[in-house]
Amino acid sequence: MPVDTAWALRRVGRKTVDSIVRLGFAARFSLAVLAHSPAALRRIRLTMREIYFTGVLSLVIIMVSGMFVGMVLGLQGYEVLTRYGANESLGILVALSLVRELGPVVAGLLFASRAGSAITAEIGLMKTTEQLSAMEMMAVDPLARVVAPRFFGGIIAMPLLTALFSTLGIFGAYLVGVRLIGIDSGAFWGNMQAAVDFNRDIANGIIKSVVFGVAVSLIAVFEGYNARPTAEGVSSATTRTVVASSLSILALDFVLTVFMFRGIGV
Amino acid sequence: MNRSVIDLWVGIFVVIGIGAIAFLSLRVGNLTSVSAAPGYHLDAAFDNIGGLKVRAPVKAAGVVVGRVEQIKLDPQSYQAVVTMKVDRGYQFTKDTIASILTSGLLGEVYVGLDPGGDTQMLGDGARIGKTQSAMVLEKLIGQFMFDKAASGTTAPAVPNASVPAGGSTASGPGAGGRSAGVSK
Repeated sequence: MPVDTAWALRRVGRKTVDSIVRLGFAARFSLAVLAHSPAALRRIRLTMREIYFTGVLSLVIIMVSGMFVGMVLGLQGYEVLTRYGANESLGILVALSLVRELGPVVAGLLFASRAGSAITAEIGLMKTTEQLSAMEMMAVDPLARVVAPRFFGGIIAMPLLTALFSTLGIFGAYLVGVRLIGIDSGAFWGNMQAAVDFNRDIANGIIKSVVFGVAVSLIAVFEGYNARPTAEGVSSATTRTVVASSLSILALDFVLTVFMFRGIGV
Repeated sequence: MNRSVIDLWVGIFVVIGIGAIAFLSLRVGNLTSVSAAPGYHLDAAFDNIGGLKVRAPVKAAGVVVGRVEQIKLDPQSYQAVVTMKVDRGYQFTKDTIASILTSGLLGEVYVGLDPGGDTQMLGDGARIGKTQSAMVLEKLIGQFMFDKAASGTTAPAVPNASVPAGGSTASGPGAGGRSAGVSK
């Protein structure tokens, strides 16, 4: 029995120390990536290529899912609002929920699983096949050549994808609410415009999406760079990327919402 | 893939992304409307603003002519001072009455401006003299109950004493809190 206790204690201790070491390495790595950010801007071609892979190739999934989310919001919102005779408020409901919350969060989750996992797998495989070491041998800093462009590509792509998601969602709700159900088009847009404020809603949504873009890109490049150089290591790093970035998106969303909408009293 | 093709696609992506942000700002958020329009400020002091909030609309004859910019408590008079930004295209007479109204039973609270017949107009930063406070439903109900009770016990012989709620509350205690009291 005492042997078991000691074993459990050792195990807990090792796990704790390991995770603290990992956290320290992650912080050092983040600072190093930020320090290499001028390199990503100098090598704009590489960043463009990453925007292509993370942004342009995510367009289809983002646009289609935004459209469907908006259409479902339109149907469900109408279902409830019509009980109170407030059909015309459908535009407010859809626009506010998309612009404030659903747009950044759902686009961030899709971005994490579509692009974040790909970044991790790519960098992890580069590490496994010793391409990163080879770069270092050739005096090319892999942080500047591989990591920083991917990081900045993600940060640039994420707000644009979020805006597209919200736009397509509102369009989907317009299709369902106005074209299919028959809410008055003027009331739909007019109420929406009266309720949505640029600074409070749209700008805060964009800020959220930038923060999520930073979080997802940082987690993705870190997990790839930190992956064990085996096939299994790359696969578990990819899984960790999706899990960690999804959780951090949801947690950050709560924190940001508290700061943005506390005390406004709407 | 060819570099120029990648550049083309990234360019298209950035253009439609920025287009989406522009759509959200202009079509959904209505960025261009009242907030950007040039306007002038009007002040009004109310005994009670009820549920009025910053950015609530200011309406004249039901038309939105401005927004509430700031709400403060005057430490001397203990009145709420509401600062409104009104569109420069609309001028209001010196004897305009500002009242706090509610659209519908549960609708939004807004400031209503009722212009009078004065020939002089209110300028930038002017104080609206005549105001009408928000109608607080709880106070109304309380006064109604009080009047009912009072008329029921002291003057049971008068048959129609309890009928006009508005008339009896005006003489009742604490009538200043009610909406009808035009201050100043």
